[in-house]
Amino acid sequence: MTLLVSVFSAVIFTVLWYKNAPEGKMLYSVPCFLFWGASIMWFVDAIFEYIELGAEEYFSPAPEDMLNDLFLGLSVTALGLIIWLIVLFIKDPEGRVKAAITKKKKK
Amino acid sequence: MACFIVPGTEAIVVTAAVAVLKAKENKAVKLSTGNNSESKLSSVTQKLTWLAGLLWGGVILLAFEHLWHGEVVPFPPFLTAMTDPAETAEMLHEMMTVGVTMAVLVTALWAIGVAVAHIITSRSTNETAEENA
Repeated sequence: MTLLVSVFSAVIFTVLWYKNAPEGKMLYSVPCFLFWGASIMWFVDAIFEYIELGAEEYFSPAPEDMLNDLFLGLSVTALGLIIWLIVLFIKDPEGRVKAAITKKKKK
Repeated sequence: MACFIVPGTEAIVVTAAVAVLKAKENKAVKLSTGNNSESKLSSVTQKLTWLAGLLWGGVILLAFEHLWHGEVVPFPPFLTAMTDPAETAEMLHEMMTVGVTMAVLVTALWAIGVAVAHIITSRSTNETAEENA
């Protein structure tokens, strides 16, 4: 479930990146790297778990485990989004944060 | 248990390589033009930045997952598996199998991405040359 949530996040941000390419004003590449990197690593984890548990046990998880994994996936997505926002505000490609701060100071 | 440490180590090495290459490129530009402004990244450095991004992205989110499962703690020894020798052995085995596979797969997929980017760039260069001819 965590892998699925991560893959969906990665696909959504890749589409957004593609829609806005080659301009990088929103830094969509940051969440793309975050979620694709994590998805690849969780995919490897899933393969090893599949080998260890077998198909039957792997594809029929307990509802409690699924809920916990979904909660984890959503929390991971929230963390990824916060990281993206921090990077966006620090790099500030369009200078909006800088403009907002200087405007306040001028007042 | 601590599989993310292997791609994490690779991420540190790649980031260091990117930093060294950037410094060298900036120095070369500074010497040739006398300009202090940062130069545009070369193709190799830019592509290594993609690998570093993928590795750091995965490592950060996986570290959070390990924290969630209580396998990583914010105090020494940081990895709960380090408290028991049997668990430490299991952790090392997981690092050698799952961790190494993670690092290899991320690098392999990055290499495929780099190859595809190279093909696209060469194609567009050829098309522009043909149009100009």
